[in-house]
Amino acid sequence: MAAEFDLVVIGSGPGGYVAAIRASQLGQKVAIVERENLGGICLNWGCIPTKALLKSGEKFESLSHLKEYGLSASGASFDFDAIIQRSRGVAATMNKGIGFLMKKNKIEVIEGSATLEKGPNGASGAPKVVVALKAGGTRAIEAKTVMLAVGARARALPQIGLEADGDKIWAYRDALAPKKLPKTFVVIGSGAIGIEFASFYRALGAEVTVVEAVDRIMPVEDEEVSKAAQKSFEKRGIKFKVGAKVTKVTKSAKGVSVAVEIGGKAETLEAEVCISAVGITANTDGIGLEALGVELDRGHIKTDSHCQTNVKGLYAIGDCAGAPWLAHKASHEGIHAAEHIAGYKTPNVHSPIAGCTYAQPQVASVGVTEQAARAENREVKIGRFPFRVNGKAVAAGEVDGFVKVLFDAKTGALIGAHMIGHEVTEMIQGYVTAITMEATEEDIHGIVYPHPTMSEAMHEAALDAYGRMLHL
Amino acid sequence: MTDILMPALSPTMEEGVLAKWHVKVGDVVSAGDVIAEIETDKATMEVEAVDEGEVTDILVPEGTENVKVNTPIARLKDEGGAAAPKPAAKTEGAPKAEAAPAKAEVPKAAAPAAPKSENGERIFASPLARRIAAQNGVELKSIKGTGPHGRIVKRDVEGAPQTAGKGAAQPAAASTGSAAAATSGIEPRKAQSLAQMGIPDGSYDLIPLDGMRKAVARRMVDSIQNVPHFPLFIDVEIDQLMAVRAKVNKMLEPQGIKVSVNDFVIKAAALALKAVPEANASYTPEGIAMHHNADVSMAVAIDGGLITPIIRKAETKGLAQIATESKDLAKRARERKLKPEEFQGGTFSVSNLGMFGIKQFTSIINEPQGCIMSVGAGEQRAVVKDGQVVAATVMTVTLTCDHRVVDGATGARFLQAFKPLIEDPVAMLA
Repeated sequence: MAAEFDLVVIGSGPGGYVAAIRASQLGQKVAIVERENLGGICLNWGCIPTKALLKSGEKFESLSHLKEYGLSASGASFDFDAIIQRSRGVAATMNKGIGFLMKKNKIEVIEGSATLEKGPNGASGAPKVVVALKAGGTRAIEAKTVMLAVGARARALPQIGLEADGDKIWAYRDALAPKKLPKTFVVIGSGAIGIEFASFYRALGAEVTVVEAVDRIMPVEDEEVSKAAQKSFEKRGIKFKVGAKVTKVTKSAKGVSVAVEIGGKAETLEAEVCISAVGITANTDGIGLEALGVELDRGHIKTDSHCQTNVKGLYAIGDCAGAPWLAHKASHEGIHAAEHIAGYKTPNVHSPIAGCTYAQPQVASVGVTEQAARAENREVKIGRFPFRVNGKAVAAGEVDGFVKVLFDAKTGALIGAHMIGHEVTEMIQGYVTAITMEATEEDIHGIVYPHPTMSEAMHEAALDAYGRMLHL
Repeated sequence: MTDILMPALSPTMEEGVLAKWHVKVGDVVSAGDVIAEIETDKATMEVEAVDEGEVTDILVPEGTENVKVNTPIARLKDEGGAAAPKPAAKTEGAPKAEAAPAKAEVPKAAAPAAPKSENGERIFASPLARRIAAQNGVELKSIKGTGPHGRIVKRDVEGAPQTAGKGAAQPAAASTGSAAAATSGIEPRKAQSLAQMGIPDGSYDLIPLDGMRKAVARRMVDSIQNVPHFPLFIDVEIDQLMAVRAKVNKMLEPQGIKVSVNDFVIKAAALALKAVPEANASYTPEGIAMHHNADVSMAVAIDGGLITPIIRKAETKGLAQIATESKDLAKRARERKLKPEEFQGGTFSVSNLGMFGIKQFTSIINEPQGCIMSVGAGEQRAVVKDGQVVAATVMTVTLTCDHRVVDGATGARFLQAFKPLIEDPVAMLA
């Protein structure tokens, strides 16, 4: 029997649905299997709805700074339910959009949970996809190629009692749609997710303490950025416990107590709610990977530079295939894999992936940190520029933060950029473009940055790396 | 009229790219004006006018590759009228000054212009790829790009030179003298000719030739074709040398100096050259150049090829100094940080493959030197002494000679002088 589809994508998050569209553009007959909502976590329970919440928080918090701008208003308040409803509405809108995109690209959406079985051609063909349909019954699908885009979920640490219950211990999903607003939080983990929720709930006036096991917050960021971020967040009233190992999370009638150990000293933090943001677990269980002999690497599916697994005809992209766990990385891999399946000869999937945290202030980075460069004994040239002397930032009253860049000393290649400040997540793309197109310092020095913009700080930082800074 | 000639940016440069003209016909230039930019595989440098006058002709258009040194590239009309053609350009090796604050670093040495292929088409390459190509002496036109629309990107250039001889800077066979400084060389064997010879396309990877590889190829072919080579072999016993070396190294340990067998060889060869100066000579059409000093080139294998840094006046230097210098030269050779004068102009070469267990080999003459010594591995061999078979540590040394300047007997006398020095290093003190 001929295969029913050229490609079946399992999971419709930003990796899967984008891959499906690209494959369809390339003339493939494509189906996509989704067990919950089109758009996956990103659209429904991640990237997008958190941005909606954060915007509400930011707007509300800005009301307390009106005087600085010569404005006044009285009786500012918020409606927590309405904030949550707005966020859910945004997610619903985006979700509908994906349905439309699937239809437009003639991609068949199959609602249900997929498992993989050995295909009819055994080891020489792609696995068979068996879907337990939402509507009832099962459907077996044969396709020339299968792509896993099954994503990941919040990691639980049952050994210390850190398991989300939706009541006193929240994972991201609970934190996105709570029934009422707690007054005190302990957030465990200071990665992007932990920091964003801390930032949001603090904006609404909650007491928030963030616990981080490493000795600095946002450990994947450049150390200088970590330090600056902590300072800014502390100014907003967020408390931090760094170098703090969580030993036990205990629920009580009033809330939770989080036992931590800091430098050998035990301490207990009390709060109404604990938000767990301690990383993710790939959704690689219960889909039949073991029987097929799909190789895993610490829980993630092992893939080559074209996103192929060790099983013929089976690709894996996005969170389930390893770090960084970012939507845009998943999309990029999805596109690459779709093109590879269609016979494109693209060299490999690697491109620099920027990381963004949408707290106040925002943090954005791409490429290597100074610490990573030093660890590799790379000779680098480093430049910095603070927003406090950038005209646009001063005019906008957003002087917090700076830009830091790293160039390879020998070749002049831009190898890292780290930014903290207002809307830096919208600016990092300038550096991403530069790195992707293999710009050197000469190119960046030669770019004309529009005035007045905060992006001028990006130019100045690059100039500073070569002793040519103009405005400081 | 004065012809402006293609300048040599280094003593061994033979050709280069005329990257850019800064003047056009009708411009009046005065001495010191930058008139053009010349690109070699290593750098872009500026050419300054030496004479004053009006540019009447541009003889070589911008972007022309493989312009031979001393080819007329432009013509000047002297203010006072015609004059005999003479070399009229000098080069400025210093990087261009940058309009930048004093603390700025000046990175302008190799700002490669958008490269052009032979037929004048633009070669698409990323800025970083262009720079790495310039730094590594890789020609962009020899590379197939794998980026968008076939654009040459970093991975394409980086893959190019990093394949041969990866690893330590070990003394190696057949030396090249000024390998890295020379520019392009003999026509590379083309891929299509491999196909004609029955090796199909796609059955191999093609590594583009970098400047060093071309220089090695050209200099070795020139030497083997034009120099009448002959080898002389001699066995030397090094038991005493090993004992002395152990003693010396123990003595030098506090200073952190370690003398290698090769350092002894360099020292002994230098002293032997002083004893037999006819072996320290170069053939030139004008006569035999008898060198005053024993400047011993030592072959060092580096990523992508080899280079021969020089221990100058080795006959005047102690073992500790030779050891210190050779270690430093080898290290900087690996990092490609040698200055041209550090690897150009030796009078005798030593190449050592002993550490690879090579018993004996015959090197190719490193022109214009008269001899090159190839040192094999020291090993226990059975030797007959006074009718008895005994064990001794023996090393086979080969002297390859340029018969135009070093005859068989001369080479033999040199080895005769060399042998006692290496067999009983105390003799070096005499």
